[in-house]
Order: sequence, then C-alpha cells, then structure tokens
Amino acid sequence: MGRKLDPTKEKRGPGRKARKQKGAETELVRFLPAVSEENSKRLSSRARKRAAKRRLGSAEPPKTNKSPEAKPLPGKLPKGALQTAGKKGPQSLFNAPRGKKRPAPGSDEEEEEEDSEEDGMVNHGDLWGSEDDADMVDDYGADSNSEDEEEGEELLPIERAARKQKAREAAAGIQWSEEETEDEEEEKEVTPESCPPKEEEADGGLQINVDEEPFVLPPAGETEQDAQVPDLQRVHKRIQDIVGILRDFGAQREEGRSRSEYLNRLKKDLAIYYSYGDFLLGKLMDLFPLSELVEFLEANEVPRPVTLRTNTLKTRRRDLAQALINRGVNLDPLGKWSKTGLVVYDSSVPIGATPEYLAGHYMLQGASSMLPVMALAPQEHERILDMCCAPGGKTSYMAQLMKNTGVILANDANAERLKSVVGNLHRLGVTNTIISHYDGRQFPTVVGGFDRVLLDAPCSGTGVISKDPAVKTNKDEKDILRCAHLQKELLLSAIDSVNATSKTGGYLVYCTCSITVEENEWVVDYALKKRNVRLVPTGLDFGQEGFTRFRERRFHPSLRSTRRFYPHTHNMDGFFIAKFKKFSNSIPQSQTGNSETATPTNVDLPQVIPKSENSSQPAKKAKGAAKTKQQLQKQQHPKKASFQKPNGISKGADPELSTVPSVTKTQASSSFQDSSQPAGKAKGIREPKVTGKLKQRSPKLQSSKKVAFLKQNAPPKGTDTQTPAVLSPSKTQATLKPKDHHQPLGRAKGVEKQQLPEQPFKKAAFRKQNDTPKGPQPPTVSPISSSRPPPAKRKKSQSRGNSQLLLS
Amino acid sequence: MRPLTEEETRVMFEKIAKYIGENLQLLVDRPDGTYCFRLHNDRVYYVSEKIMKLAANISGDKLVSLGTCFGKFTKTHKFRLHVTALDYLAPYAKYKVWIKPGAEQSFLYGNHVLKSGLGRITENTSQYQGVVVYSMADIPLGFGVAAKSTQDCRKVDPMAIVVFHQADIGEYVRHEETLT
Repeated sequence: MGRKLDPTKEKRGPGRKARKQKGAETELVRFLPAVSEENSKRLSSRARKRAAKRRLGSAEPPKTNKSPEAKPLPGKLPKGALQTAGKKGPQSLFNAPRGKKRPAPGSDEEEEEEDSEEDGMVNHGDLWGSEDDADMVDDYGADSNSEDEEEGEELLPIERAARKQKAREAAAGIQWSEEETEDEEEEKEVTPESCPPKEEEADGGLQINVDEEPFVLPPAGETEQDAQVPDLQRVHKRIQDIVGILRDFGAQREEGRSRSEYLNRLKKDLAIYYSYGDFLLGKLMDLFPLSELVEFLEANEVPRPVTLRTNTLKTRRRDLAQALINRGVNLDPLGKWSKTGLVVYDSSVPIGATPEYLAGHYMLQGASSMLPVMALAPQEHERILDMCCAPGGKTSYMAQLMKNTGVILANDANAERLKSVVGNLHRLGVTNTIISHYDGRQFPTVVGGFDRVLLDAPCSGTGVISKDPAVKTNKDEKDILRCAHLQKELLLSAIDSVNATSKTGGYLVYCTCSITVEENEWVVDYALKKRNVRLVPTGLDFGQEGFTRFRERRFHPSLRSTRRFYPHTHNMDGFFIAKFKKFSNSIPQSQTGNSETATPTNVDLPQVIPKSENSSQPAKKAKGAAKTKQQLQKQQHPKKASFQKPNGISKGADPELSTVPSVTKTQASSSFQDSSQPAGKAKGIREPKVTGKLKQRSPKLQSSKKVAFLKQNAPPKGTDTQTPAVLSPSKTQATLKPKDHHQPLGRAKGVEKQQLPEQPFKKAAFRKQNDTPKGPQPPTVSPISSSRPPPAKRKKSQSRGNSQLLLS
Repeated sequence: MRPLTEEETRVMFEKIAKYIGENLQLLVDRPDGTYCFRLHNDRVYYVSEKIMKLAANISGDKLVSLGTCFGKFTKTHKFRLHVTALDYLAPYAKYKVWIKPGAEQSFLYGNHVLKSGLGRITENTSQYQGVVVYSMADIPLGFGVAAKSTQDCRKVDPMAIVVFHQADIGEYVRHEETLT
C-alpha cells in the first residue's frame, strides 16, 4: 500500500501535511468494513494485554490511551472531533463500562467499527500506551484529559480501541466478580469465592497465593464459579499451601479460621485437581495423613510398571530374560522377594504378543498379585480352591508352585472372564486344574474339604485407580458396603470349604485390591468372630501392617499380621492380604441371648443398679455361668490361648485384658438386662459384631482371668460375677456397656461417645486402657448412669443415649 | 462329562496318531498316574483320574474345563485338534518342521508356511503327513500338515506352500473365545 493508504503509517510531527491529511485509512474504512474486524481482533490481543497491564498499574488507562493517540494525530483532532462527535453514541457506550459493567457484546460491535478507523493509530497506541505516560509530554495531554472528562467526545481511535478492549475484558471478568478492572489480577478473579480462607490468609501475610480481594461469595456464586474452568495451577498451588499450613497449623494458621475449614478447602481442591468424587476423597483423607495423601493421589495418576512372572513349568527366569532381551525388551528382576518376577521398563515389541508369551513362558501379572500366592504357599499334591480366579494369574502361579501336581479348582462367577482363564491356563501348560462357574458362596455345598483356599474377593478397586480411573467418581458408600457384604459372605464360604484337619494345610488367604478398611480389616475381623479361624503371619516381610483400629472401629489385635500395600510406597497396586488358619471344622453357633440370660437381675444399663442387684447373686450366677461359658469357650480356646495369658498379667495384651474384665463386667450387667430385651437385637449388624467381639474377648478374659477377677473383683465390682453373662451378651448390652463406660470417660473424650453406637467394643479397647488406672470407676460411674433410660431405648438410639449421657 | 465311546475314541486316536504315531500309547500309560480322556460339551479333555474324580462332583452346566482340552468333535462327529493339545504333541512328534525367524510371525497369524520360510524339515516326511512346527529356537509354534514331501520341498519354488497351517499358538490371542 502506498504511503497514503498504509494504515500503519503514523502521521506524526508538527508539519503541515500531518495536520492536513487525515490519512487514507479514513477513506478506506468507508468501503472496507471487513478489514476492521480482523484489525480489531489484532487489536484485541495486544490491547487486551495492555489493558491488563493498565489495570494492574493504576487507573490511568484513558490517559495513556489518549495520549499516544493524541500524538500521532495531532492534526486529526479537529476532524476527529467531527468524527467522534458523530460517534458519541457508541463512545458513550464505551464509557459505560468505566462506570459500571455493561454487557460486552452490545457495544463491542460499535467499538469495532470505531476501531476500524483507528487501526493504524491504535497499533501505535498499543505500543505506547502502557509504558509511556511519562513520556507523553503531550501538547495534547490536555486534550486527552479533556477527552476523558468529556467521556466520548474526542476519543482518538486508539483510545477507543483500548477502551473497547478493557470493556471486553471487564465484561468477561464481570460475570462472577464484582470487582472490577482496577485492582484485580485476572487470575484471582477465577476463584475468588472459593477462597474465603485464602483471603484471610493473604491478609495474614506470608500466606499463600493470591487471594486477593476478600469477597465472600455465597454458595450459589460458588457453584457458578465451579462451572468455569478452574485454573489447575492455582488449585495445585493452593493444595500445597494448605498442606503446608496444616502441617504446622499452630504457627501458620490464619486467625479465625478453623482446621476444618482448611480441610474442607483442601478436600475440594483435591477433588478438582485429581478429579475425585467427594465420597472417595473423604475415605482417602481418613486413611492417609495429608502428606501421604497427596503422594497417593499422585501415584494413582501414573500407571505402575509392567511386570511379568516366569512360568517355571516351561522355562527359567534366566532363559526367559535372555530371550526377551534378544527381542528388544528392557527388563530387570523384580526384587529380592520374587524368584520369578521380572519388571519391564520398555519394550520395542508388544510384550503381550511375543512368541515366548504365546508359548506360555510367562504371564503378565501385577507385582501385588503375586503376593497372595506366595503367602498361601501351596504345596505339592494338595487340593486347592481358587474362588475368584479370573483371569487366572494366581491360579497358574499356584499350579507352577505345585509343579502341576495335586488339584486346583478354579472357580469364577463371571462366564466371560472364565474364557480368559481357560485360555491362560492352557497356554501356560497347567494340567491340574478344573475350571468351574459357580457363585463362590455355593462352595462348601458343591465340594469342600480343600487343603488351602485362595479368595481374591471382588472389591471396589480403590487400590487400582491407576488402572481404572472411573473408580474415582463412581464409588460411593453403597458400593463399598455392598462389596463388603459380598466379601463377608464369600469369606465365610471359603472358610467353610477349608478342611481344618488337613495334614499339610488348613490355610486360607483373603486378599483384595482395595485399600478401604470396610473391605479389608472389617471383613477379616468379622470372619474372626464368626468362625474358628485365626490370623497367622503371611510370610511377606514387607508391606504395611493392617489396622487394628480405625476411627471408631476396633479390630482384633492379630490384624497386625495382615499386610497392606500401596501404590505410592511400594510401587505396586494397592492390595490387602490376610492369611487365616482354620483350627476347627465346627462352626460356632451364633450366641445371642443364650443361657447366660438366665440371670435376670441386672435390669439395666445404669451400672449402679445392676451392680447392686447383682452383687447379691454374683457368686452363684457367676460360677454357674462360668461353667457354661467355659464349655462354650472351649471351642475358642485355641484361638484364645494364643491371646490369653492364663492368669495372664504380664504380657502386652494384658493391660487390655485386665481392663477388659472391668468393662466386660459392667457390660455383663447390662447384658443381662439387655438379653431380656430382644428389641436391642434389632440394631442390626453392629450387634452381632459386638456380641461376637464380646464373646471372643470376654471368653478370653474370662477363661484366663475369670478366676482371678472373680475372686479379686467380686466385692468391688458386682459386675465381675456377671462376666459369665457376658458370654451371652446381646449385642445391645455390649453396646450399652461401652456407653456406660463412656459416660464417665466420655466427658473427657467427647469424641468417643459419638462413636459408641458403631463399635462399642472398640471403645472398650479405649476404655480398657483408661480403666486400668481407674479401676473403681465403674461403680462411681453408675450413679450417673442410673439416670439413663432403659436399655431398649438406648439400643435404638445409642447416639441419643450418648448425648443424654453427655448432658447428664 | 462322560467317557468317550469306542467310535469317538477311534476317531480321535486316529487324528492324534497322525502327529505322534505310536507314541500315543505314552499318553495313556503314564508313569505318574493314569490319565484318561473325557468328553464334555463336545470337547475332549485329557485329565488325570484324580482330577477327574473331583470334577465329577461339579454339575455339568457349571463345569467349564478340566485338565487339558485336546479338541472338539464337530457336528458331523469329526475330530478337530486344537492348539491346546500342542504341549502333548510336541514332545512326541515324529515329524517336525522348523521355520525361519522371519516366517514365525506369518505362521502365528494363521498363514501357511512357504518354502521361503522353511528352515528345516525332518527327513522322509511324506506328503500330507501331520507335522509339528517349531521355531529355530525349538519352541513349538503349532502344527499342520505337510503339503509336500521332504524330497519335493527341495525342488519346489520359494513361494510354494510346504506346510498347511492347522493350529498355532497365536490363536491363544486371536481366538480366545473359541478355546471354550
């Protein structure tokens, strides 16, 4: 384009020509409207940046915009005035945003039209605009100022463009934030509502990011906010900040902000950043301390390394490794703990389709899936049951350990997946297997009497999130409980399928690829109560021990021999493994309100009353009950023996045991009462658990310490004599007892009380420890408890009862 | 699950004998126990007696597989040998064919073996003799039928088929569903 027609050429200088000529662009504009669009866009990006800068700086944009414009178009002013006058309308629209927010689109079009005139000018203006306020020694400074004031009279094209830009950006930001352009950073606007805590943090100084303005949006506003794309980087930074604060909460907290607010904020941020559902994230926050939590979530984003297991029926690990390396696979032995495992770092050929794979020399298997079979340690010529065998990795591992001797019954409930089992077993050359398609719960009836059983139960899959990210969002409370229920049923069936009198066996391994306590420790604990099994060490020397207590639940102490594996600590899929030994083939009857209920005297929870009443009859009933109890306990002796210290006082468990009696005794008193109240049993699962626990524990205590306690404690604790009753406690009793105890103690520990309804026995554990120092407490407690309502009501509303106790 | 009838047994043994000849006896009389063939859902399973006894407790519709599946009887009562029997054919095979590494992939995809891929072949293999195919590393890859006798294989041009493909281990991945 010629000099005159070139819109980018600025007319500068005091010369005659500069003043005279409007410039060809003005003519152009009349018949090239389309051009303006693009130009305006071009304008926008730069103008936007400038506007942003200006916003950051101060409220001088108009001047900066105008001044450059003024410079290049000195001569234009008079004419510009004519023009602008004509455009006052649109310009006034321009002005509107200054004062308030206005919808961007309406004015934008007009602005763009205006821009078209100003193309060339604007560009230059852009260049100058932000920096050059000082440089603009303007003759026209006055003009620009006046223009500002006039608001729309003589806006130079650049200024108009700039204003448009600002308006546009403002409009974009407007929707959710009231603040305006002036002082806000753009990023901050993204999540203002969501960070009320942040604001304060910022005030506190040293606090994290940005949180700029302290505006607190209502929850509705917040959801709008969430609808927008969250800035992940900010969220991530905020996560790190909050974790840092919570680690040193006392020092770094924001005044007036509670820990739970930080935690809530953290939870939301984690959910946004890692795309988790609320429920699962809550579960994870309960499981892991915060630093580990972030590591765990990070580990779930990344897949675990590919591992394979050599099929020793057909080859050796050394030879296989050599053959694969020749094909171009980069691999290493898996670790000291595995003699057949290999980890593949990378491969130039598909590792699942090499001729060695097809010939059955190896099987692709996760490292954590090798562990349960190592724990089970099947021997040759044994009869093994694999209840949920698909896709057959563990089954084939067992077969190779058994060297194709004995029999393995590989069962799965899913017909589709059974096909892969057939394929894998044939490929790997396993010949000692029968594959069946039963529901695992049918097992002992179809065929039983196995030497060992492996139960790799179907689970929620929270340990293999890296393989299946859908688990992050589609699991909720119901799913977990459903899984847990199914797992309990399967585990009981599996236990019943084991032959306890097997010469070489009698073992069962229960494993899941989940990390939730409901599916792991809870299920194992349930089985311990319901069947004649005990936990034994798995033989795996690495891995984290299972929980013996978790939140409000208390599990059997032998759960320490179970093992947990996590992706972030062991670099293998999340897993849980428990090994049981069955010591008796008989199935213990569920003991609900048996003979012990014969002692009716204990009316109720209030410990005082029962104690007083019972004390009169303690000796007789206790002894009578003791005998029956002992008979019952005989079944459980082997198990108990391992835990009880006959007359046991010195061993570690003793403190617990010693305190337990006091607890159980008080419980017994209430249990007497409760046993007469069937209503309590309506409670549900909790009760059986409680009773189970009580039964198992109390017998232990009782058998070992009954004598001791009876004799020692008879006088001070009328409940001692009631210990026999504990054997047949209704669950409610157990629950009640804990409550009673909790009351006095609960004062000190408000939290425990709340948890009572769940697992009273677990509380018992607490109490035991507390009770030791306060031996005589129960009696003292009773006066308070006497005001309590009768057990029936309590059973139904234990929590209510607790609160009542608290109040009283 | 039931034992095979005479007729079925004859048909099956004839088929197997094509590959391993009189070594078939070794399959039945094994030193480490008695093995037998059982028919279930038209498929023949080779299984030791001990295992078979346990499997008898399982109801027919729930039993999916036992021991090793050798093959199946078609609707017209012909016996078709599956690749899953390879583990028992390979050690006793009388006539073997080794193919070059380059031709492995092609065979594993189900193609016939061409002369160009032929590495070695047992001497005095007659035409249409059942052969077991190996890789040069002595890994059994499958089995087939010789299209040409050994003599003819020497004379024929490189693009001619020398072994008809019948089953290969690639079917574990390609035809997983048909295995059961």
